[in-house]
Amino acid sequence: MYSVELKQVDKSYDKEHLVVKNVSVTIEPGEFFVLVGPSGCGKSTLLRMIAGLEDITSGSILIDGKIADHLPPSKRELSMVFQNYALYPHMTVEDNITFGLDVKKILKKEKKQKCYEIAEMLGLTDYLKRKPRHLSGGQRQRVALARAIITNSPICLMDEPLSNLDAKLRAHMRSEIRELQRKLGLTLIYVTHDQVEAMTMGDRIMVLNEGMIQQVGKPIDVYNTPVNSFVAKFIGSPPMNLTTGLVDKSSAEITISEQISLPINRLVANNLNSDQVLVGIRPENIKLYEEPSSLDLSFEVTLDHVEILGTETLLKFKWNDNSVWYAKWYGQWDIRVGQTLRLTLDSDSLCIYDGHTEKLLQGPRNIQHQHVQEGIV
Amino acid sequence: MKSATEIQGKSSTRIVTKWKFMYWRSAILYLLPSIILFSVFLFYPLGKTLYLSFFLTDQQGIANVFVGFENYQYILQAESFHKSIKATILFVLYTVPTGIVISLFLALLANEKVKGAGFFRTIYSSTMGVSVAASAVVWLFIFHPSMGILNQLITSIGGTSIDWLLHPDWALVSVAVTTIWMNIGFSFLILLGGLQNIDEHLYESAKISGASYFYQLRRITIPMLSPTLFFVTTVTLINAFQTFGQVDILTQGGPSESTNLIVYSIYREAFVNYQFGTASAQSIFLFLCILIVTILQFKFGERKVHYQ
Amino acid sequence: MKIFRPVITYMLLILTAVIVFFPVVYAFFISFMSGAELLQGNFIPKTFHLDNYQKAFERLPLAHYLWNSLFVSTVVMLGQLLVSALAAYAFVFIPFKGRNIIFFIFISTMMIPWEATMIPNFLTIQQLDWINNYQSLTIPFFAIAFGTFLLRQHFLTIPKELKEASDIAGLRSFRFFWKVVIPYCRTSFVTLGAYGFLTTWNMYLWPLLVTNNDDARTVQIGLKQLQTQEMATDWGVVMAGVIIVIIPTLILLFLGQKQLQKGLAQGALK
Repeated sequence: MYSVELKQVDKSYDKEHLVVKNVSVTIEPGEFFVLVGPSGCGKSTLLRMIAGLEDITSGSILIDGKIADHLPPSKRELSMVFQNYALYPHMTVEDNITFGLDVKKILKKEKKQKCYEIAEMLGLTDYLKRKPRHLSGGQRQRVALARAIITNSPICLMDEPLSNLDAKLRAHMRSEIRELQRKLGLTLIYVTHDQVEAMTMGDRIMVLNEGMIQQVGKPIDVYNTPVNSFVAKFIGSPPMNLTTGLVDKSSAEITISEQISLPINRLVANNLNSDQVLVGIRPENIKLYEEPSSLDLSFEVTLDHVEILGTETLLKFKWNDNSVWYAKWYGQWDIRVGQTLRLTLDSDSLCIYDGHTEKLLQGPRNIQHQHVQEGIV
Repeated sequence: MKSATEIQGKSSTRIVTKWKFMYWRSAILYLLPSIILFSVFLFYPLGKTLYLSFFLTDQQGIANVFVGFENYQYILQAESFHKSIKATILFVLYTVPTGIVISLFLALLANEKVKGAGFFRTIYSSTMGVSVAASAVVWLFIFHPSMGILNQLITSIGGTSIDWLLHPDWALVSVAVTTIWMNIGFSFLILLGGLQNIDEHLYESAKISGASYFYQLRRITIPMLSPTLFFVTTVTLINAFQTFGQVDILTQGGPSESTNLIVYSIYREAFVNYQFGTASAQSIFLFLCILIVTILQFKFGERKVHYQ
Repeated sequence: MKIFRPVITYMLLILTAVIVFFPVVYAFFISFMSGAELLQGNFIPKTFHLDNYQKAFERLPLAHYLWNSLFVSTVVMLGQLLVSALAAYAFVFIPFKGRNIIFFIFISTMMIPWEATMIPNFLTIQQLDWINNYQSLTIPFFAIAFGTFLLRQHFLTIPKELKEASDIAGLRSFRFFWKVVIPYCRTSFVTLGAYGFLTTWNMYLWPLLVTNNDDARTVQIGLKQLQTQEMATDWGVVMAGVIIVIIPTLILLFLGQKQLQKGLAQGALK
């Protein structure tokens, strides 16, 4: 098990614009680490730099504690799975799987033995003599996995390996890859644009945008406490609801749409440069207003759209100057479009971001409660 | 910390230079055979041709007397070179447009979805497999004054036979007809490939809106085929300038130099008359002609070409 | 209308095929005719006897010429494949500095007509004492820009991940070339091979210059000899020679027509 360490890594193709900016992170041995971000955020470039397929403009990459900047890809003791699988179309599945072993001086018999073991593990035994074009998408994916793990490299890199599969197969492969990684004790660095994959697979995730690290942490922490509005909007489906609120510094209160007022830490309020903040809340923390409580955060909305998904009901509405918000409730609710409802915000679940820098000022207070839930699961 | 990164940055630029050097070295290894061959058999002789064109030479091709532009002056004033240029231009005009129209027609026919189209494709492309010498010999007999099938046909319907290869007015036409026939195979094959690359959906949507065959031809096929047409035109044009074998077998440049196309003229000047100096001047002239034609083609042709 | 169109298509197909193929059929028929039969102006021979073919082989060492042509064409074909493939590989897979400029120079050599360089080339061959040698007929033709261009176009279609995967596995450049690039691009190799073979087999001017005895003389020059020797009388023998010369290339073409068409079209389009 090897660690991978990035130290202030920059990348530029044209010597002007940085596509990766000052990325520093340490990936622990045996960790499932996910790089996630929208397309063009530099996550694939970062992965390819770790692989040695792209050189780094400045900074340094350490593998197993040793500087690897000067090493060609083959000397970095890693394997890689590509988005399009990169199978050799003219070779059989068996030849594809053992391709990486050809370079190493291994007896033919041993090679065959290893290939069968891995084929067995991935359920490919019946297809070893076929050419890749006669396989389904899922089978090709498995061949690519087999090729990566047969080399026994301690580090495995995956670049959007599931994006060419249909939704059902993708869900299945998610757990399969995760199990494989645990079983083999691989340090796995996984690139995806799909936040569901990031949330469900990673030990830790790193959210990237425009070449810069936004947040690194356990998926659940990133979900609960996004450090800025970008992460808040990127992680979660539907994303976190955000809307602007006005701060009254003298009373230390935020007003939203002249309907709701909520208190804010006086110290935080005084440090603000402007009087605007972004107030965010996860859709599942918006409730139907039932009875008055000490802090009244209720407001009235007209529903634009309702989706019943079987286990949950999704409500869409606009308020406070056309901010589009969602509420997600457990169960099946018989609600019509156009209906007017009175909703309330769970005051312990609010995230408050600076209106200018969009950085987190005040996180939710009920994380303790969430941790207990995680423990039960 | 800061100084540590700076050192790091320097070392990685050094590594990058090392990689770049390694890339360069291996690239040169891969390119070396081509570079050597091009240098020895293309660049050096091109320079040498230019050099020779300024000299009078002996029979071994050794440059003796520097004469400056005299060779060029000489050929530009010589009547036989004027004839050669005129014949070459006429020949290009005879062969290139006609050849392309015929090949396009055949390609469109063979691209129809009918049974046995494959057989006809093979027939049409067959002339590509017939060498210059072989086709010229066959056509030599077709043009034969008494036994050739052409004159036999003409006399059988009561016409008077024509001296195809012996009459100055007909000889160039005869060589052109032979050349067009020889080029059909290649042009056809390329154009057919181009036609088959056109997305079938384009025709389907045209059919749904009820467009006629010729409307489709004009609005879909020709525009979509334009890159291929452009390529074929360039290649056949250059080929026409380089014609030699047909002339050598059919007419030897005659009668009265009416088919003395430029390459044949160079050949005679150099290897029959041993005038390497003037022959080299003619070669440079040929090179410039082809250069200008290709540049013009790319400049004006490429604008009209529709790439997907 | 629905029935009308195929009928017209077939009529045109047959008519044009007859016209296009006529010279070959004509040569074929005449190759079986005696001088007397020819003078009568027949089109179809009375009997298909092989006298003319026998005579053709007797009058000239045609078998030797055929062997020369076959040997020279094969060697040029292989040489072109190797030299072009190496160059194309560098242009596609090695990111060296100046790649675009060198590629541009390569492509611009297509604009140099070979005839413009033939005089110094002839002198070079003379100096090397390669006249009447196989070397003079093969080596100058190994490097062709068209071949490099055609193969480069096809190499570019190889997903770059295949190269990266082999980099990660630690495959040497040449192994990748051998094990992946060549099998992956088989069609364009076949196309270029067929093209090289055909053009070399059909070459006329250069063999005319550099061969003046039977040692390395190719069959095309043999055909010219046959025609000039026979003058007026034995056209049947000349046509027998024609048929002998075109049969190998016609067979090659019939077999490879589809491949050739696909491959050349790929090279013609960007």
